[in-house]
Amino acid sequence: MRTYLPEFDVVSPRTLDEALRVLSQNPPPTPLAGGTDLMVLMNAGQLKPGAYLNLHSISDLHRPIEEAGKEIVFSALTTYSEARRHPLVRRCLPMLGIAAREIGALQIQSRGTWAGNIVNASPAADGVPALMAYDTRVELASHSGTRTVNLCDFYLGYKKTVRRPDELITAIRISIPADRRIEYYRKVGTRKFQAISKVLLAGVIVLEGRRVEKIRLVFASVMPFTYRARQTESILQGRDIDSGLIAEALDVLKQELNPIDDIRSTARYRLGVAARLFEEFLQKARMK
Amino acid sequence: MPQVSSPPTFQWIGRNPPRKESIDKVTGRALYIDDLKFEGVLYGKTIRSAVPRGILKNISFLPGVPWGEFTIVTAKDIPGKNIVSLIELDQPFLVEREIKHAAEPIALIAHPDKGLVEKAMNFVKIDVDELPAILTIDESLSGKNIQWGTDNIFKTFHIRRGDPDSIWSKADVVVEGEYWTGAQEQLYIEPQGVVAVASREKGVTVWGSMQCPFYVQKGLKPLFDLPEDKVRVIYTVTGGGFGGKEEYPTLPAAHAALLSWKAGGQPVKIIYDRIEDMWATTKRHPCRTRIKSAFSRDGKLAALKIDATMDGGAYATLSAVVLSRGTLHSFGPYKCEHAVIDTRAVFTNSPPYGAFRGFGAPQTIFAIEQHMDRAARTLGIEPDELRLKNILRKGDAMPTGQIMKEDPGVDGVLKKALDESNYLEKRRAYREHNHADSRVKKGVGFALFFHGAGFTGSGEVFLDSKAGVELTAEGGVRILSANTEIGQGSFTTHSQIVAEELGISYEMVEVATPDTAVVPNSGPTVASRTCMVVGEILRKAAADLREVLVKSGHLPGGRHTPEEFRRAALRYRETQGELKVFSKYQPPSGIHWDDKTYTGEAYGAYAWACYVSDVEIDMTTCQVEVLDFVAVQEVGRVIHPVIAKGQIEGGVAQAIGWALYENVVLHQGVMQNIQLTNYILPTTADTPPIRVFFHEHPYPNGPYGAKGLGELPMDGPAPAIAAAVAFAIDRNIASIPILPETIFEATNG
Repeated sequence: MRTYLPEFDVVSPRTLDEALRVLSQNPPPTPLAGGTDLMVLMNAGQLKPGAYLNLHSISDLHRPIEEAGKEIVFSALTTYSEARRHPLVRRCLPMLGIAAREIGALQIQSRGTWAGNIVNASPAADGVPALMAYDTRVELASHSGTRTVNLCDFYLGYKKTVRRPDELITAIRISIPADRRIEYYRKVGTRKFQAISKVLLAGVIVLEGRRVEKIRLVFASVMPFTYRARQTESILQGRDIDSGLIAEALDVLKQELNPIDDIRSTARYRLGVAARLFEEFLQKARMK
Repeated sequence: MPQVSSPPTFQWIGRNPPRKESIDKVTGRALYIDDLKFEGVLYGKTIRSAVPRGILKNISFLPGVPWGEFTIVTAKDIPGKNIVSLIELDQPFLVEREIKHAAEPIALIAHPDKGLVEKAMNFVKIDVDELPAILTIDESLSGKNIQWGTDNIFKTFHIRRGDPDSIWSKADVVVEGEYWTGAQEQLYIEPQGVVAVASREKGVTVWGSMQCPFYVQKGLKPLFDLPEDKVRVIYTVTGGGFGGKEEYPTLPAAHAALLSWKAGGQPVKIIYDRIEDMWATTKRHPCRTRIKSAFSRDGKLAALKIDATMDGGAYATLSAVVLSRGTLHSFGPYKCEHAVIDTRAVFTNSPPYGAFRGFGAPQTIFAIEQHMDRAARTLGIEPDELRLKNILRKGDAMPTGQIMKEDPGVDGVLKKALDESNYLEKRRAYREHNHADSRVKKGVGFALFFHGAGFTGSGEVFLDSKAGVELTAEGGVRILSANTEIGQGSFTTHSQIVAEELGISYEMVEVATPDTAVVPNSGPTVASRTCMVVGEILRKAAADLREVLVKSGHLPGGRHTPEEFRRAALRYRETQGELKVFSKYQPPSGIHWDDKTYTGEAYGAYAWACYVSDVEIDMTTCQVEVLDFVAVQEVGRVIHPVIAKGQIEGGVAQAIGWALYENVVLHQGVMQNIQLTNYILPTTADTPPIRVFFHEHPYPNGPYGAKGLGELPMDGPAPAIAAAVAFAIDRNIASIPILPETIFEATNG
């Protein structure tokens, strides 16, 4: 481990209030949940020395998954494994189970959290696209109060989010989607498992006859942050799905996406495969 | 080679006794280098260059850490010669003036607090006047920036047979191609690691993870200007090598010893983490091969011109020998009366490329096998038929002039592999499928190849290896050999050979730790030679030991039980004292090699093989999945079927990685994707069932007929997979790794 431990402090508050008080200090400590990315950075000597806020000591942040009205609610420390195993999630939010299975190996699934996946703001997050496709709201608490933001408005740029440094995610509220929806989740990784995605599409479509009543298209690893393709959605919204519309939407999507080139893949491949996943999804919906 | 008409029944050969070291490994008792505790140990780290080339101006140690508590070593502190003793004397242990590659060692620091050493790494500033670097083979050969010798060429080889130039103009068909194979990281599970204790009074002792303790000893003697008996190197349980711990461990061993020397003999431990290991240590040589061939219309190979260039990196290290093996495997198991082969290893400002399972052969085998498939496509002949028209048979000569004195049985290996994989039927069915379906493409392909076991040409004669056996206090036998157990099972197979020869139980044989103060130099643990060459030396030593016991009247001349042997051994020790018997390498008769003309018997024995790969490509993502893999090989004699099968399976998986996943991304000559999150290896989910078949055709000069097999499985998978992919997408494949991005570009051009 390329790290000098004495330069790191870990604060372990007992209550949420105490945690929020600590977070209001300047500089605020960095919240540490599952550590999926933090520990990798630490091993590589790339984690900034300083104070970290251990969330595991706060029992308020670790509540069972619950159903509240038309929502399923995760707590700050709900792990991928918990969601994978939960009957309600499996029944109502199957894409979360598929996504959870795609993340790391069992060790990471048992420790990593959905809130961490959101806050970490990696463009290659596997969990966020599924959450976003389901219309998820994020509850952010700070010493001065609590607010709720739509997950699809959470990201502002590469590793940039609307979360203020003094805020903590205290709940993730996922809308239970319409029964007659068609879902699509496909991760294209560098290998079958334990891989970081190169292209990922999570989608939800609700049809009224042939008419697109609702559509969500969320891409990961294509843009600098988890990206909801709103322009393409709006072309499809309210129109009858047929091969002509699919071709039209495909053109819009190719204009809308401006993929990244990095160590894992090329922009050309990402754009090409993103378009094919999109097409595969819409064809599946059309055949229904 | 004599065919054994009725196979003898063996007590231990061909059986699967438990591995000598497996209980210790699975129970966690086995102590790897980082597990070993040393009183007062200092943790050492290596300060390395961030640039590929330049003149070192200054090293400054910035305030922020208590430098007074640190041991610091630079080139000025070296007591002897600052040169790594390998083939050429061009590589320093620490940069003195000119930096030749990124990640090159410049200075060393050590401190008792492991974390503080890590922190201190950020407080060393290296000032360099940068110089223009050579980053590609073409730049190296352009002649514009000469940094090694007069032409940047470490070594060339030339093989001439007949006159291809007289053939081209009258040939029915001429096929040309260029092929590229990328670098590959060995990725042993245990990274490089050593502990050293060194002082002028006591000399130097090094413990470490390594393949070749005597290489390390040879490297340390001139560094400290010490005689052989003052430099002791002790192998510790080693978590994999694959060639990466052949020549490289000399560097960390020297660095730890220099720090210990400076620190007044305190032990110094240097363990690389994965990042440093991938960034700084050796990898497989990238290789570009150009092939021109002439065929008659019915598919007879009339002429062959092969031109291969390997990137050697910034120092000569082992590139000449890697190139030699690449040269001698470049023509495949085919008969060609007019062949010209020219190869070279060139300088670039990359960390030196080094030994890696297969040692140059996988690179050129990939090229010739892809070329044969390309020729088959051009000629409109099925690949298997084209091979059958050209394979080496009894009386045929390789381009080196080596005559097949017996039929090597290549067609039998090919037929078995095609049958087991249902190749012909799949070929037909997949062609139909691919015609009808554009979403999923299917392919099947094979590679036919050989691998020469042991050192090339006169190499084994120069090594002059020596190994032995001794009686233990319990009446058993201990093997004395420098050959290391690196996961390949050598302690076990050697014990089986000795037990068989002595007519004793496997449990009565133990293996001495390879320690230069205890064991003789039986040569390096490389080149698929450990079982075949050293195993045979041990067999002879065991036979001689038995003869001593018989001649001295302790053992009856005929058969004996293990218990009788034990009693005889104990009596001998009581009356005569210790008994150690050594034997030396004897070159097989009838083997002649000419290093000047590169003609003759390059290897005494070849293993022959045919591998078949069955793939499916999802054309939405262009991802390749290997669905089935058949590996058929003729290896002389299988000593331990489970170990042998494990070697093949592991090698195939490693080669699937090279073929489809492992993409060494270079920037400024040095690897960028140096974490396992971005250097992609296949997992068990990405590897198919690997079906392994052995043919046995005993080799008279190997122990009980055994030839080498450890490197063989690295040779065949990449060309077999490439052939299958080429068939699936109906395009030539000329380079690896075959990433989804490669297929995407090839099919959307």
